Amino acid sequence: MIPVQFGYRRASSVDEALALLAEHGDDAKLLAGGHSLLPLMKLRLAAPEVLVDIAPVEELHHVRIDGEDVVIGALARYHDLQGDEVLREHAPLLAHVAGVVGDQQVRHRGTIGGSIAHADPAADLPAAILASDAVLVARGQEGERRIPAADFFLGPFTTSLTPEELLTEIRVPRQTGLGWGFEKFTRRAIDWAIVGVAVSGKRVGLINMGGTPVRASAAEEALARGASVAEAAELAAEGTSPPDEPHATTEYRRHLARVLTARALETSAGSR
Amino acid sequence: MKVTIEVNGGPVSAEVEDRTLLVHYIRETAGLTATNVGCDTTSCGACTVLLDGESVKSCTVLAAQADGHAVTTVEGLTGQDGELHPVQRAFREQHGLQCGFCTPGMIMATVSLLEHNPKPTRAEVREGLEGNLCRCTGYHNIVSAVVDASGQEVAR
Ligand SMILES: Cc1cc2nc3c(=O)[nH]c(=O)nc-3n(C[C@H](O)[C@H](O)[C@H](O)COP(=O)(O)OP(=O)(O)OC[C@H]3O[C@@H](n4cnc5c(N)ncnc54)[C@H](O)[C@@H]3O)c2cc1C
Ligand code: FES
Ligand code: FES
Repeated sequence: MIPVQFGYRRASSVDEALALLAEHGDDAKLLAGGHSLLPLMKLRLAAPEVLVDIAPVEELHHVRIDGEDVVIGALARYHDLQGDEVLREHAPLLAHVAGVVGDQQVRHRGTIGGSIAHADPAADLPAAILASDAVLVARGQEGERRIPAADFFLGPFTTSLTPEELLTEIRVPRQTGLGWGFEKFTRRAIDWAIVGVAVSGKRVGLINMGGTPVRASAAEEALARGASVAEAAELAAEGTSPPDEPHATTEYRRHLARVLTARALETSAGSR
Repeated sequence: MKVTIEVNGGPVSAEVEDRTLLVHYIRETAGLTATNVGCDTTSCGACTVLLDGESVKSCTVLAAQADGHAVTTVEGLTGQDGELHPVQRAFREQHGLQCGFCTPGMIMATVSLLEHNPKPTRAEVREGLEGNLCRCTGYHNIVSAVVDASGQEVAR
């Protein structure tokens, strides 16, 4: 399968990428690792006229500490993140999740920024950054703005980024020493999660329990009141609206959310 | 656009459509046909090659993205004198293939896996190769081949 014809442009800096986006407007799409976009283009579900390849933008591959935050460049690949010492110490949930996305080959290409900007409700990292209280940094022609993860995801494959903006960084308050846990329920090895749960400290992020990643607020509130793991996990699906599909009904997903939340909270309690 | 990729140690240059996939560049432009297209949907790993030494599914990389970079295919593993690479030797030794369709991808994924984890357990091999499917389902011997290639004793 071959994508529809398009023009390939390469950006080597954020400014260059923004200029190319401004020049081509709605016809252009950013290309990072290409592991969401290219499959869609091959199936002809997407047909941008111009691809702006941002993978060569050196300034966005970093992981570093900045004050109380760990700052991750949008173009850091899963493979880089899973072994990164700074991330493993200060945001261990994210390092772990980066290591379970797809397979080895996918992790050599896919980027954290691509995953977040793509906003697939079944994706792993968006829920993990939500559970980490991350702030997303976007740059456009007018400058930079910071968007809390909780305000970033608007719906399936829809975010608050404008078409002229680039996601540049993910800022994660250091989670050093906090307990964490991650559970992902799949049918086959490299599948996306039917439901997944990401826990960092007392925050719980849910994968595929709605059109966007969501926090299990009722469970979090119960934990804050001093409820047991079992009591809190019982509330994990409260207020969610998971999709109803032939292979996984809404009720089944609610059940999975409760079971997986209990497991992730237990792992978290044991990992401190 | 003009694309130049170092394929198995030598430069290959060609004017190709921007939408050209790396796997087609390898098979049609470079004329190296060991790399197979199985699913064409990033699932099976038959098209796995090394890009700058790391395994990637070449059906989901543009030739343009590999422009200026180095690609290694299974043909590039064999020494000048035809001597097999340790991973190739082990696949042969352990009967790690049946029809052979998945083999070039399995071998390249294995080279990358061993680079990161030189002494994997059988379980780690299965996890590490989760992106490669064998329709002949010869997984047991494939795992043995990887263990053998890593210089470890193969449990019988
Ligand atoms: C076989 C396979 C298995 C997979 N399994 C999983 C899985 O288990 N879990 C999971 O979470 N994901 C999975 N994925 C998806 C994978 O994580 C993708 O790599 C990721 O979602 C997209 O990252 P990318 O860098 O490849 O983005 P691209 O495909 O390059 O881009 C995706 C979208 O984001 C936009 N974009 C990219 N970067 C930026 C940026 N910096 N600023 C603004 N917009 C940007 C692009 O324009 C595009 O619309 C899988 C993919 C494959 C092919
Ligand atoms: S052909 Fe590329 S993964 Fe199957
Ligand atoms: S040997 Fe036939 S597909 Fe693997």
